[in-house]
Amino acid sequence: MFPYPIAKSTPRFRIAYQAFLPIALILWLLPLIAIFLTSVRGSKDINTGNIFGWPTEFKLFENYHAVFTQTEALKYLTNSVLITLPTVAISVSLACLAGYALAIYRFRVALPLFFLFVAGNFVPFQILMVPVRDMSVQTGLYDTIQGQFLFHAAFQTGFCTLFMRNFIKALPFDLIEIARVEGVAEWKIFWFVILPLVRPALAALSVLIFTFVWNDFFWANVLTQGEQVKPITAGVRALNGQFVNNWHLVSAASLLAAVPPVFIFFLMQRHFITGLTLGAVK
Amino acid sequence: MTTSTEPFQASWFTRNKLKVAPFLFLAPALFFFCVYVVIPIFQSLQLSLFEWNGLYNADGESTATYIGLSNYTKLWNDPNFWVSIKNNILWIILYMLAIPAGLFVALFLNQTVTGMRFYKSLFFFPFVISQVVVGLIFGWFYNPDFGVIAKVWQLFFCEEAINIVGNVTIKCRVPVPDILSSPDWATYGIIFAGLWPQIAYCMILYLTGLNNVASEQIEAGRLDGAKGWKMLWYVVLPQLKPATFIAVIVTIIGALRSFDMIAIMTQGGPYGSTNVLSHYMFEVAISEYGERYGYGSAIATVLFGIMMIFISYFLWRMYQDEKRGT
Repeated sequence: MFPYPIAKSTPRFRIAYQAFLPIALILWLLPLIAIFLTSVRGSKDINTGNIFGWPTEFKLFENYHAVFTQTEALKYLTNSVLITLPTVAISVSLACLAGYALAIYRFRVALPLFFLFVAGNFVPFQILMVPVRDMSVQTGLYDTIQGQFLFHAAFQTGFCTLFMRNFIKALPFDLIEIARVEGVAEWKIFWFVILPLVRPALAALSVLIFTFVWNDFFWANVLTQGEQVKPITAGVRALNGQFVNNWHLVSAASLLAAVPPVFIFFLMQRHFITGLTLGAVK
Repeated sequence: MTTSTEPFQASWFTRNKLKVAPFLFLAPALFFFCVYVVIPIFQSLQLSLFEWNGLYNADGESTATYIGLSNYTKLWNDPNFWVSIKNNILWIILYMLAIPAGLFVALFLNQTVTGMRFYKSLFFFPFVISQVVVGLIFGWFYNPDFGVIAKVWQLFFCEEAINIVGNVTIKCRVPVPDILSSPDWATYGIIFAGLWPQIAYCMILYLTGLNNVASEQIEAGRLDGAKGWKMLWYVVLPQLKPATFIAVIVTIIGALRSFDMIAIMTQGGPYGSTNVLSHYMFEVAISEYGERYGYGSAIATVLFGIMMIFISYFLWRMYQDEKRGT
C-alpha cells in the first residue's frame, strides 16, 4: 500500500493525521458549508452584509418553506425528475441491447460502430445545438419535457453503450457458447443469461446518468423557453435573477438542487465510483 | 407448399441468425443516436457555410442562404473569437492542475483509518453537485461587498472609520478586488472555481487506481530502499498510468466543455473577456439580437475540430487496447 500505512507509523504521526483529516475536510467543503449557513439565515443577516459570518438567527424551516411557497422551486424540481427518470430508463435499456450486440457478436462494423458511440459521447454540445433545437421546434418538442428527455436519452446512449459493451465483453463468453449449443434463441440468451449478469452495471450506469442529466444546464437553456418545463438547474439561475437580494432563498434553492444527486451518490456510492472509472481504470 | 417453405425459412434465419441478430439489437440505439447526435453533427458542419436566422418561409422552406466560407473569414477577423481561443487554452492549461492536485488528495486519503470511506465520499461531493451551484457559490465568494475574499482583504488592508454622521464605514488602503468584474482576473476566478469539482473527479480516479497498485512491487521497492517521492515516481506512478490517461482526457474535455460556470458567473463578460468557444457560440447563435445559426455553427465547427484531436487520440488508444485484447 502506498503511501505508507498510517497504522504502522508512530503514534504521534497517527494522531496528527487523524486530527488533520476533519480540518482538511472542512476546508475542502467550505463553499458548501458557507452556502448551507446562508440558506438558514434570516433576512436581517443578509441586509447587514453578514453573508459568510456565523448566522445571528437560524431560520432553516422558514427559509426552505419560503422556497417552496414563494418560488417555483417545486415545479422546477418536479420537471427535473420528469426529465431525468425517463432519460435513465431509455438510455440504459437501449445501451443494454446495443452493448450486447457490440460485445458478443463478431461482425465487421462492430468496432467502427462502437467507436461511433464513444466519439459521439465526447463531442461538444455546441455542434449539436442548432440542428437539435431546429428539429425540436419543427416537431413541436421545443419547450416540452419530452423534447428534453428524448435528447438526453439519445445523447447518453453513447456513454451507456461504451459502458455496457465493455462490461459485457468482460463476462465469460463460454456462457453464451453453451447456451447457443443448447439451442437457446439469441434474445433469450440476452434476457436470461446476460441481463441478470449485468445488474451491477445497470445500477452504476443509472446513478451516473441520473447525476449527469440532473445537473445539465446547457440543454435546459437550448430546449426550453418558459418557466413551465425548466429543470432545477435553470430554475436556480432564474431565481438568482429574480430574488437579487434574497441570498438565503437562492442558496436554499441551490442546495435543494444538489440534494438528489448527493443523496443518490451516498446511497449507491460503490456503483457510482465503478461507473465513473469502468472502461477506464479497471 | 406451406410445409416445404416453413422449414426453409426457419433454416435461413437459423443460418444467418448470428449475422442478423446484432443489427436487431443495435437498431433502436443506433437510430436514436443517429437522429440526435450523428446527423446533427453533419447538419452543423453544413450550416456553417450558410447564413440563417432560423426562420422558415410560409411554404416551410428554410431561409438559409449559402455564403461559402464567409462565416470563417468573419471568424478570423473577429476579436471575440481570438479571446475565446486564448481563454480555451488558458482553461486547458490551468485545468491540468486538477490532475496533480487530485493525485495529492488521493494520496492523502489512501489510508485505512476508521470512517475513511465516509471521508472519501465527502471529498468527492463537489463533483456530484451541479456546476450551476458551484458557480453561484464562488460568485458569492468573490463578491467585493460581502464575499469571503472581501472579508479577508478587509482584515489586512482596511480599517473601520466613523464618518461625520456617525455611521461606521470601511476605508481601504487598497480597494477590494472585484475579481469577476475585472477583465484581467475574471477568467482565473472562474477556472479556480472549476478546479474544485475537477480535482474531486481526478481524486476518485486516482483512489481507484491506487487500490489496484500491486502491493508486492511496493514491498519490493521498500526493500530496495525506495521511499517517498522516489517510490511515487518510479513505482507507483507507472502503475497509475491508466488513471492518469483518463484524468488527462476528462480534464481536457471538461475544460473545452466549460459552459455552465461562465454562464452563471460572468455570462462571458466583462466585455467578452471570459468567453470561451462553447459560450461564445451559444451567445452568437441564440442572442437577443436575433439568431445567427450559421455563424454559431462555424464557431461550433472550430470547437468540434479542436475536440476531435483529443477524441481521435482517445479512440486510437482504445483501438490499440482492443487489438491487444483480442
